[in-house]
Amino acid sequence: MSSRTLPLLFINLGGEMLYILDQRLRAQNIPADKAKKVSTIPGWIEADRKRVMNDIITTMFNKKFLEELFKPQELYSKKALRTVFDRLAHASIMRLNQASMDKLYDLMTMAFKYQVLLCPRPKDILLVSFNHMDAIKDFVKDTPSILSQVDETYRQLIEMYTPLSSGEFQLIRQTLLIFFQDMHIRVSIFLKDKVQNSNGRFVLPTSGPVPHGTQVPGLIRMFSCTGEEFTRLKFNNGGNYTTALREGSFDIFGDRVTKLGTNMYSVSRPVETHMSGTSKNSAQHTKVSAAPNPLAKEELNLLARLMGGLEVQKPGNADTGFRISLFATDEEEEEALISRPDELSCGVINIQATKDQQANAELAKIMGEFTESGDQSPSVSNKGDDLLAMMDGL
Amino acid sequence: MYHKEKSIQIKNSASALYNNLSVLRIAPRRLTHFTVVHANMVNMVSASWDGLNYTHRQLQSKEPNVATSTSLIMQAAFCVLPSRDLLVVTSQKGIQMYESDGSIMVYWHALDTPETPTAQAVFARGIAAVYENYICVGVSSGAILVFDVPSKGSNITLSEVLEEHKESITDMASECSGSQECIANLVTADDGGNLCVWKSGEEFQLLNKIPGFDMSCSSVKLWKGTAVAGYGTGQIRLYEAVTGILHAEINAHARWIYSVDIAPFSGLLLSAAEDSLVRVWHMTITPETNSVEVAHLHNECVTDTQICGARFCDGDGYAFAVTGYDLSEIIRYIQS
Repeated sequence: MSSRTLPLLFINLGGEMLYILDQRLRAQNIPADKAKKVSTIPGWIEADRKRVMNDIITTMFNKKFLEELFKPQELYSKKALRTVFDRLAHASIMRLNQASMDKLYDLMTMAFKYQVLLCPRPKDILLVSFNHMDAIKDFVKDTPSILSQVDETYRQLIEMYTPLSSGEFQLIRQTLLIFFQDMHIRVSIFLKDKVQNSNGRFVLPTSGPVPHGTQVPGLIRMFSCTGEEFTRLKFNNGGNYTTALREGSFDIFGDRVTKLGTNMYSVSRPVETHMSGTSKNSAQHTKVSAAPNPLAKEELNLLARLMGGLEVQKPGNADTGFRISLFATDEEEEEALISRPDELSCGVINIQATKDQQANAELAKIMGEFTESGDQSPSVSNKGDDLLAMMDGL
Repeated sequence: MYHKEKSIQIKNSASALYNNLSVLRIAPRRLTHFTVVHANMVNMVSASWDGLNYTHRQLQSKEPNVATSTSLIMQAAFCVLPSRDLLVVTSQKGIQMYESDGSIMVYWHALDTPETPTAQAVFARGIAAVYENYICVGVSSGAILVFDVPSKGSNITLSEVLEEHKESITDMASECSGSQECIANLVTADDGGNLCVWKSGEEFQLLNKIPGFDMSCSSVKLWKGTAVAGYGTGQIRLYEAVTGILHAEINAHARWIYSVDIAPFSGLLLSAAEDSLVRVWHMTITPETNSVEVAHLHNECVTDTQICGARFCDGDGYAFAVTGYDLSEIIRYIQS
């Protein structure tokens, strides 16, 4: 259908991915005051988060890649697009196993499907894209080189999309809706906010402001042959509509008016801390096979564990503090610090360091499975099962 | 005024396309065919009037003799001509015409698709059977292909290409009152909201052009010389086709209209939009006195659904059917 759909699909999905990753990376931040004992770690984590975001955004806005993307073409297949995002997610030092990547992708796609469906006018998809772009720009505001790439992309979006007619935007929207057809994955944040029903379908309200350019339904005007209005009739529109809001800005800067496409993960959610709590419990029983955590079925939780979203334990005594280690000696740890995969920072290691070599070896094996590209992770479709499967595999 | 009847399940969900439901009532066999488009497939279900039998069929859009090539379908519509009924399917690759039960493809017309994709999409959309033996199909370039259809057989030929619209064709409709006296018997609509009014014949004659306001007209019908058009702004406008006089303007829906339909014997009008609402109106049109009146009769809300197709199932408007994006059923309503 429309050959101009791919850039919008990519940028919006990419934006959602960055929101989710940013939120998870922040969730594993160690509070500064608790970090005094281990001075290198917290600064490193903050720098890490920025680095991961910068690396992914740099890759997303790679000049050659974008050139390819903006060429007129049919949408990639679902598989092909998923591969693009797999590569993108691994453009930094961060690693995700298969199941986490699945969950991340599900979240991204359902979020954008929601935004496309709820857009009052097809042209508003461009405003949604600008919301994502604005947030991405904010992520890299301290890095001029990437910032200029982002600005260039704004210009390309404006050049390509602002001249399009409403009908052409609707064709883009229809193309996107075919791509998202029959996807009804339940997303916890959406369920909580009551924007999604338990059957996975989104709530479409028959109330609120009408789109820009539309009148509130309820009026019939009839005209004579000379063009004079000779009567008006009102009818009940069956909803609760209000007049349209002002139009959002289609410039590089400006108030987009719509909230669709803004970061819905930025407000800290109770469900996350709750997840952390239960994760902590299950982690303490590493030697014993963990009972299935009902909250493990929450989509973000999987990702959270692997990204280190676990709440760090309060230090039992001053010495252990946040000195989380998988290694028997400090020297080993130091060496590993230099060469270790960054994603395995503190949060994941909410497991008490033990002097038990056996336990360490087992834990190291779990970590090893995290670092690999996920080819051998068990293919499970049930949320929360993969971590358990890993445990079972010990 | 209407109540919900038992829905008909279809094999796939409906795609978000304009006018995504077509209905053909076959009285002698006491059954009704319904077609709903899903991506590159047409789901056809034939329902017996006693509600006991449902037969399903799926048609894929692809070039004949090419096993793998498929493309997205834009529209499927039944075309009723005096001598025969055909099912026309339009896609990104071309136009297919089948016998009305979907059993045999009788004609294939390929569109000129460029080697590498261009910024302007290529597809066919907008289908109408026009007196006396023509089938007209619109194209994304704005062109209208006129096919001459013999009373039987597959010797269908392209008789004319009408080049008046500059934007993609969205929908078209022929005069459905059954009256032979109407001067105009075809109205075509495009993405800019422009309407063209034609008289059919060996050479089609352009009678009038009604300009749009840069707002797409997604669905149009022609009844008793009045063009009824549904727009992306949610408005419905009634124009006297030949003169372009605006008779009525309705702020009908809060979102983009996807379908309008008319029951020619009773003057009932059906409109459906992305706002989840289906509305029933009544039109009183007296061509002799040039008077047009519209009244609102009824609303139905299909909760949490963006409607993409709505059609009366019979000429009186006793029953109507509705399809929605991501819904795998045809919802039916009948008069109480």
